[in-house]
Parts: sequence; C-alpha cells; structure tokens
Amino acid sequence: MAAITSVKPGTVIRPPARKGRWTPYLLLLPGMLWLVVFFVVPTISLASQSLQTGSVDEGYVLTWNFQIYVDAVRQYLPHFTRSIGYAASATLLSLVLGYPLAYFMAQKAGRWKNVLLVLVIAPFFTNFLIRTLAWQIILTDTGWVTTFARWSHLTSALQWVGLTNNDQLMSSKFAVICGLTYNFLPFMVLPLYANLERLDHRLVEAAGDLYASAFETFRRVVWPLSLPGVVAGTLLTFIPAAGDFINSRLLGNTQTVMVGQVIDGQFLRVLDYPIAAALSFILMMTIVILVGLYVRRAGTEELV
Amino acid sequence: MVDDTSGDLRLTGITKSYESFTAVDELDLTIPQGSFFALLGPSGCGKTTTLRMVAGLEEPTSGAIHIGNTDITNTKAYQRNVNTVFQSYALFPHLNIVDNVAFGLRRRGVKDHQAKAMEALELVELDGSARKKPGQLSGGMQQRVALARAIVNRPDVLLLDEPLGALDLKLRRQMQIELKRIQSEVGLTFVHVTHDQEEAMTMADTIAVMDGGRLQQVGDPATLYENPSSTFVANFLGQSNLLSATVIRVDNGSAVLDVRGVKLLIPPGLLPVGEKKVWLGVRPEKLRLVDGPLEGLNTLPGVVTDASFTGVATHYLVKMPWGQELTAVQQNDGMPRALTGATVTLAWDPHHGFALDASQDAHAGEDIEDIEAS
Repeated sequence: MAAITSVKPGTVIRPPARKGRWTPYLLLLPGMLWLVVFFVVPTISLASQSLQTGSVDEGYVLTWNFQIYVDAVRQYLPHFTRSIGYAASATLLSLVLGYPLAYFMAQKAGRWKNVLLVLVIAPFFTNFLIRTLAWQIILTDTGWVTTFARWSHLTSALQWVGLTNNDQLMSSKFAVICGLTYNFLPFMVLPLYANLERLDHRLVEAAGDLYASAFETFRRVVWPLSLPGVVAGTLLTFIPAAGDFINSRLLGNTQTVMVGQVIDGQFLRVLDYPIAAALSFILMMTIVILVGLYVRRAGTEELV
Repeated sequence: MVDDTSGDLRLTGITKSYESFTAVDELDLTIPQGSFFALLGPSGCGKTTTLRMVAGLEEPTSGAIHIGNTDITNTKAYQRNVNTVFQSYALFPHLNIVDNVAFGLRRRGVKDHQAKAMEALELVELDGSARKKPGQLSGGMQQRVALARAIVNRPDVLLLDEPLGALDLKLRRQMQIELKRIQSEVGLTFVHVTHDQEEAMTMADTIAVMDGGRLQQVGDPATLYENPSSTFVANFLGQSNLLSATVIRVDNGSAVLDVRGVKLLIPPGLLPVGEKKVWLGVRPEKLRLVDGPLEGLNTLPGVVTDASFTGVATHYLVKMPWGQELTAVQQNDGMPRALTGATVTLAWDPHHGFALDASQDAHAGEDIEDIEAS
C-alpha cells in the first residue's frame, strides 16, 4: 500500500491494459459468420446465377446476360405489381384490424392481456400451409360464409369492385388478400402491442385536459406516438406478404398469380434458374427500395 | 372584483367512492376566483382525487361542481375551461416545446397560437428553448413548460398536482416564488395540491387541510398555524406540544386549566365550547427557557434531556415531572444555551396557547411524510 503514496518523480504510470478490447468483436463473430454463410454468399450466388446462361443438363456459364432482367420485367411486370398491390392491401387491412386489437390489449384488457396475447400467437401452433388450406374450407362455395355473403349481397359488391369474378368467394383476389391478411396479422399486432403498451396514459389525460376530444387525442397524441410500432408492424407484414407464394396458389386463380409463385415455379418446375434468380433479385431490390422510401418518409428516427 | 364572485369554484357534497373505500367524503368547498388555494394533506387523504374530479378526469359518485353559476359536474375534461399542471408534467414527447404550449390553443381554434405560446414561454423564461423537445430539458424546465402549457389557455381554474414534487429542494424554493409571481401576474384561480405543509404555507392565500377524504380546516396559513381546530392540523402543520388539561374555571379575562396540578392560563375565547377535558397546545418556538416562574406567563418546570444546536436555533427536549417530553425551540439570540441535564422552567404567553377537544388522538397527523420542512 505504501507504494501508492510514494511514487518516485518521473515514474511513467502506464494505464492498465484494456482487457476487454476484443470482446465486442468476439460477440459479433457468430452472428456475422452466420450472415456471411447464409445470406451474403447465397445472395452473390443468386446474382451470379441470374447472369448465367445454359441449362440444368448442360451446366451454366457466366455470360453477364443482363438482358434477362429486361425480359423478366417485361414478361412478369403484372405479377410484380400484383404482389405489391396484394401485399399493400393485406398490410393496410392488418393495420385496420390489428390497431384496435393491439390498443385494446395494451390499454384496456387488464388481466386478460396475457390470454389475448396467447390467442394472437395461437395460430402459429398450426402449420402455415394447414392454416391457409383451412381458408379454402372457410370460403368454400357451400360454406356459411359464402352463403351469408350472397344473402347480404357482399358477393355482388365484391364483384362490382373487381375483387371477385363471380358469386363465389374462393379463387379470387379477395380470397388471396384475406389469406395474406390472416397469415400476417400477428406480425402487425405484436409490434403495435409492444408500442402501445408503453403509451403513457397520463399523456392521454393531458390531451383531454387541453381540450382535445377522444378523436383529436388519438390523432394528435396516440397515433404519432405509436408510429414506430406502425412502421415495424407494416414492414413485418408487407415484406413477407410481397414474397408469399402459398396464399395465391391455394386461394387464388390464374389471374392472381403473385411473383413468389412464379419464382417457385421457375426454380422447381420449369428449372429455368437464371430467370428465377433474376426475378428473386428484382423482388428483393423492389422491396428494399419501397421500404427505404417508406421508412424515410415515416421519419422514425425523429420519434422517441 | 370583491363583489364579482361569478367565477368561484364550488364543490357541493362531493363524494368519490371506490369498491372498498371512500376517497372523498361529502366535501363542501368554495374557492374564490383569483385566489391561490392549497389543498394540503398526507398521501391518500383524497386531495388528488378531488383535483382530478375538478379537472374532469374522475367522475364524482355524488355531489356537484360549479364554476360560477355553471354546473360542470357532468361535462367531459375537454369541455371544461380548467387546465392541469400534472405531477409528471405529461409533456408530449413528440412535439417541441412551443407546440406543446400551443396544443390547447390549437384545439380551440385560437388564431396566432404560436405567438401566444411564445408569450407564455417568455413568462416562464423559456422562450429560448421553444424548438427543443421535452426530453432535452431539465426537470425544472419541463415543469415550467407544463405551467406555460396550462396558463396559456387562461382557464377559469388552474390545477396544480404536486407540481414541485420531483424537483430538488433549492429548485423547489425558487419555483415556489416563481409560481406566486406568475399567479399574481395572470390573476387566475390556482388550486395547488401538495403534501408539503411549508410549500402550502409559503404560497397559498388559503389552505384547506384534508385527511381521510374529509376537510379538517380551511383558513389562511397564519390562522391554521396559530389556531388549529384539530390535533391533526396542530401536528401536520409544524409541531405541537399537547398537554392533557382540565378546565377549572373561566374568568372574564382568562380561563384557568389544570395540568397535572399546575395551573395554566388561556384566553377563554380559545376554549372549545362546553368541553371540560381539553388538549392544551403550544408551539415549540413559543416556549422560552427561563430560570424560574414569571408573573403573567404560563410556566412548567422540567429537565433538559436533549439539546441539539442547528446554528439558527437550538432544539430542546424537556422532560416534565410526569414523564412527557416537550419540544422547545430557542432562537440563537445570544442568550446562553441550556445543557443536557439542566433543570429549567418553560414559559409562554397564555395568548400563544390553543386548546382542542380532548376526545381526539393527540398523535393524529404526526410524522406523516415529515419532509425536510419544520
């Protein structure tokens, strides 16, 4: 101990070696490695595949065939716009259905909160495919849903706006959007719930105190404060919905084919790998650009 | 303004019951327009519930609330011309300071809301921070924003819910003076809820002391302090020495009380009517340490059991022959101090005493949230 008090003049006091300097990098390593092996390498391989020519039997050669992207867009533009349109509709519908549900669960449900939360997650206990097949039964022509829709002239209304082609509900745009909404609704509800649960109820009271009606309070306080949850929910719904290939196949018809379904077919049935890879790449870039624009516009970084 | 009472806030028979308890019980209260009124009491006494009912955030179980001649009992919070400064400030984190302040003006469609908001911010000396977000301000600054956001609307009544509770002592003193200045400048009715008796006495014209959902006493700070009407008020506002006394006789000039064989005097007007057994109360700072009995003063002999010197004053505990310890505070006025173990005589002017009905608990209101005050 005496050494501390009697440091000789001129002694260089070295700072203690910074031991944990490499710890952050070590902690990053497993995740980075995973992403490199299962994301970066496959993406490069996908990009390279799209620029190759040849066939499965004769093998592929990289020929930098950029023309394939022009062909892909020219041939499959309707499928792209359809995918984006369906995904956007399903996202909007999920928001309209999910927001009140999440708000109720977070602010009003009290001790039923956890039960409701489990109910929201419950569909995940069943396989995605099975759940979508169940919608075939729900919307079947002889089912009570269709019967009711016909009785209430909902079928006529849907036909009139072009969501169905005849007086059936199955095999239509309507059925595909319903399936997408149903399958991705929990991805909307959960982030919204997490956000709205943190909403300080005293801010709602303060808004009321400052002459804001219930609607104005929602518009000026609750909604802007919940935007991070809305952004997270819409992204988690829109991105997988845009690439989905099950709902359109099981619930749609030949006029509702989405780009995911085309990619699936080109890869696994037609075995035209370059066009499938090019379509995948275009879809990926489209989503990245749309999401980028959306997040910039929503300006989430300004929110707390 | 004297005869114009159209803007008084009147609570009539206000009751708020929950399943298991009654938070506010048959409260009748009139708060004059333009006054600085404090609702004082320990936590759970019903003061905040009362405030929230005035704000419209809670619905009274029964009773009526009027501002002037307008019954506002059944109106919604946003329809009332009443604003609140919340304990947590409740500033909108997504809006900047000036938009926070302009929020109420905008909802009411007031033109030039930005200019008015800036004026209010100047009043609280925060016009330089108008474009900042609430998260970038300190607690004291946020408190002032909350105040500006409420007063900018010129409400009939401004409610303050423990607005200084989250501030440190020095800042709190500063804000107390500031609040008083602003109140006299804008001339609004302020209703201030607090559990800090010193804060209430410093700021308010009138204080209503509440306990257990009921009013204990309403009056100006000096009256409450010098003539408390119950042991709760006597103990909650400052400290009191309470002696068990019996009234022996009442002469025209003074009443004679017996305290364990010692005759003590009190002006007869201070005696509770028709009571034989009373608590004779005297504040610690009214007691003098003297050498022996003095003519015209009440005196009690005792032994000093503790003397603590605080600089400004010395606090003594003096043990009476019957074992009760009285507290005395002696100003540091240059007189010699008594030491522990010394035999002394406590003396006080009979006019400085007060008497309370002996059926009450002598310890009611003692040591409840006894913060750094007193």
